[in-house]
Amino acid sequence: MPLIAQPDHPPAGAVLARLHQIHSAKGYLPEADIRAAADDLAIPLSRLYSAAAFYSAFSFQPKGRYTIQVCLGTACYIRGGDRLLEKIETLLGVKAGETTPDGMFTVETVHCLGSCSMSPVIRVGEETYGRLKVNLVGRLFKKYRPGEPGQKGVEEQGT
Amino acid sequence: MKIKTPSDLEKLRDQGQCMLSPQKPRVSVGMATCGLAAGAGAVFDALRQAADNLRLDLTLVSAGCIGCCQEEPLVDVRMPGFGRVLYARMTPEGADRLIRSLASGELPHENALAYIPEEGSDTPKSAEVLSGLVPINALPFYAKQHKVILRNSGLIDPQSIEEYAARGGYKSLLLALLQLSPHEIIDEITRSGLRGRGGGGFPTGKKWEVCSRAAGTARFIICNADEGDPGAYMDRTVLESDPYAVIEGMTIGGYAIGASQGYVYVRNEYPLAIDRINHAIERSTECGLLGEDILGTDFTFSIQVIRGAGAFVCGEETALIASLEGGLGEPRPRPPYPAVSGLWGKPTLINNVKTWASVAAIIRKGPEWYAGIGTKGNAGTAVFSLVGKVANTGLVEIPLGLTLEEMIQGIGGGGLAGKRVKAVQTGGPSGGCIPADLFHLPIDYASLTQAGSIMGSGGMVVMDEDTCMVDVARYFLRFTMEESCGKCTPCREGARYMYAILTRIIEGEATPEDLVLLEEIAMWVKEASLCGLGQTAPNPVLSTLRYFRDEYDAHVREKRCPAGVCRALIKLTINAERCTGCGLCLRECPVGAIRGKKKAPHIIDPDLCTHCRTCYDICPEKAVEIVR
Amino acid sequence: MITLTINRRPVSVPQGTLLLKAVEEAGITLPSLCHHDALAPYGACRLCMVMITAPYRALVASCTYPVEEGLVVETDAPEAVQARRLALEFLMSRCPRSDVIRKMAEKEGVTASRFGMPSTEQTDELCVLCGLCVRVCRELIGAAAIGFTGRGSERRVGAPFDFQSDACIGCGACAEVCPTGAIQMEDRGNQRILRAWNTRITLSACPECGRFFTPEPTRFLKKMLPEIETYWEVCPDCRRQKTSRQWLNAQ
Repeated sequence: MPLIAQPDHPPAGAVLARLHQIHSAKGYLPEADIRAAADDLAIPLSRLYSAAAFYSAFSFQPKGRYTIQVCLGTACYIRGGDRLLEKIETLLGVKAGETTPDGMFTVETVHCLGSCSMSPVIRVGEETYGRLKVNLVGRLFKKYRPGEPGQKGVEEQGT
Repeated sequence: MKIKTPSDLEKLRDQGQCMLSPQKPRVSVGMATCGLAAGAGAVFDALRQAADNLRLDLTLVSAGCIGCCQEEPLVDVRMPGFGRVLYARMTPEGADRLIRSLASGELPHENALAYIPEEGSDTPKSAEVLSGLVPINALPFYAKQHKVILRNSGLIDPQSIEEYAARGGYKSLLLALLQLSPHEIIDEITRSGLRGRGGGGFPTGKKWEVCSRAAGTARFIICNADEGDPGAYMDRTVLESDPYAVIEGMTIGGYAIGASQGYVYVRNEYPLAIDRINHAIERSTECGLLGEDILGTDFTFSIQVIRGAGAFVCGEETALIASLEGGLGEPRPRPPYPAVSGLWGKPTLINNVKTWASVAAIIRKGPEWYAGIGTKGNAGTAVFSLVGKVANTGLVEIPLGLTLEEMIQGIGGGGLAGKRVKAVQTGGPSGGCIPADLFHLPIDYASLTQAGSIMGSGGMVVMDEDTCMVDVARYFLRFTMEESCGKCTPCREGARYMYAILTRIIEGEATPEDLVLLEEIAMWVKEASLCGLGQTAPNPVLSTLRYFRDEYDAHVREKRCPAGVCRALIKLTINAERCTGCGLCLRECPVGAIRGKKKAPHIIDPDLCTHCRTCYDICPEKAVEIVR
Repeated sequence: MITLTINRRPVSVPQGTLLLKAVEEAGITLPSLCHHDALAPYGACRLCMVMITAPYRALVASCTYPVEEGLVVETDAPEAVQARRLALEFLMSRCPRSDVIRKMAEKEGVTASRFGMPSTEQTDELCVLCGLCVRVCRELIGAAAIGFTGRGSERRVGAPFDFQSDACIGCGACAEVCPTGAIQMEDRGNQRILRAWNTRITLSACPECGRFFTPEPTRFLKKMLPEIETYWEVCPDCRRQKTSRQWLNAQ
């Protein structure tokens, strides 16, 4: 028994559920919310913080309006997912894990979206796009940033 | 309506039957995640729009996945009197034409793939009308399949408990609760020969037995749906396409071991699966098939869905339980096994989605029926996601014991056009690469392990001559490095160092001594790591070293990548005779290394080129060549 | 009692003994960094690997393996020696400055690591991620002031948000239990500094002798032992003196 008594544990899954709840409401995990949640759940802050820092779904930094998940599952990787990522990084001028300066897009890599038969695949927000080619990506993003002149190399292709 | 008696269930079944075969056209679209990625959403909207425009009275259903994902978006049309026809590779425009045909009382030829035979009816009229239309199980992709786990996938509306019941759903639960003792259920599962479909292959009946006998009163059921293997989507498909099958299996399991609470731990990346299983739990509870006094007995069972948060290691059962408890997803040493001491230290029965989905079928059709499928010691069926460099990608359920050859050449239709299949990767990051000259091996637990891979959860990624096996090994090590929890030294430090060596190899900077070191570290990580993930993490390296050492040697000794993948070891040029000067590569080159006038052959500036192969991938004339 | 064979000699130990302890009983010292008798078995550093040859053949971490009747153990099997050496080599390359690890490695016959990381990664790292600090703080003290952050090769120990921990009571158990000296506790004036946790605890001056001490650990003792208030307000040394004086007077 520890010297300082600990209260009972929260119900199964409650910690993850709470972190998801904060993350989807705020778009990230603000420190104040984590501190408040630890109090509510009656668990040590260190435990909640460790959990939040362990899982890749959670971020301590605010994200862009749309999160672009580039799938790097095995099937997507061997069918060119890595090159798709490079293209996206070039187009948006940010690296994986970063957010565009206008706050529109956060680029992430993900270890499989489970749509392997459609590889390579990316997900933008809630939408999943399969059988993608590098030359189609620019056009795809225009849908999310309408009215903006095409960036370098994003001109419409007739393919 | 609460289902309390067998006749209540009969009523539910009748309702479902009417929904499945209504007196008007029923059009259902494959809208699992893979279908949506192929554009099924737009097809669905176009169907609705067209039907509204023509005021055609039809049932429009969003269904799960029928398996042949290669042909997505798929639309399954049932016309009263004609039977069911599956239309492949639909587009919004095609959807519009389809509805026009249906409105005029005809089945169109366009995009028709096969007809789906209905139980107890002869060759449908559609086969006469559409000449040459074959039954779906005559397609090479389906010919050798045997559907148990995927028995309803793509055939019913996954939201509809009525349709699930119409396909025989909840008969097993009725049988289990009213006629079988918990002991008899466990006995049937044992006799069926079912083994854990998550990849471990532990005899399921034995696990249930141990759990039911473990000391303590509170017990838990867990469904492991944290499908983390990259290149695999079996569990997602089952949850998206037939969630009630999983619920029924878990409920039977709860009754068998005396648990009243179950959890489904679903991978975070599967939002649709989470929605569908949640909806199915809600409906089952409304119908009295979950909750208190199930089917009028005093058995109580509830299920809660827990959404994971992006950690591959949580697929390991002790890590999954730690995660459920609110801690880090860190594995702990076993024994004690979860069946004895799991969630909150209580006996916990944890099985994979596909294992749970098999349970109801076994109870309904009997253990002998199940044991009769497959081979000795490898009873039943397993689901694989056949993807990568193969002609027919999709979700495949086969009786165990089918050979890799039958799987990849027969069902998969061989490699991509003009390419030679080199290997198949099974079991994800825990598995290995099996070379084509071993494709005579049967797909079962022992054979795949002996070949240096594992059966795993069901990922099968086909690799061809354009895939570099060293690059693949490095890909998996990077995965392990990023997904290791970091608790034990071998997995944390060893994976990182193996990745560093593999990086040196693909960059042409490794020495022959590096290969010796790589093998030494791999063996140590395999034997000294704490949990199954660490212990299997070196498999991709060890299996490629075993079967593709020539590729390693080419990289290390000749500084050459035979597959033409590793950037530091290749060069790209444009074949001036083939180049039409269309300018596509020029526009798409991420570093601006391509020059040329319109309609004149282009050239690649070797000083700027990063060898990313984007031009090679997109050139419509195949004019870009790799110099290896 | 349970009898097992260690390096071809019978050894008897009580049931429930961990193999690591039974091996020690047999007079053999295995390297180990993450085990502590007062804490639950953990099995993270993988230094104490031994080969068991019966009832089945396997390399196991002796610190998490409970003894069983008839177990046959070889600590000197080549595979076991090799596994321990590799673990030490990797920990040496992780913490090139650590004397503790260097000495431990020397005992196992390892003098240098073949796994030097690129020079950019050369560090002053002393932490081997054994988790003893996190576990003692959580399991024994109950303060749970620190935890792990990140995963895989990014894993570290630290206070939440890497910033002044409110839960730390400055007891110093983490520094005490750390096998490699990665955690240092320093008292400077009325400040107790735990640099590893970016945490400073303000100490109280003892009204009797003037020395600084941390009053935090006594907060909960006050509730458990309803002594006179002033008893807890002095430093542990003065408390001890007071108690002895009381006893002497009572004699």
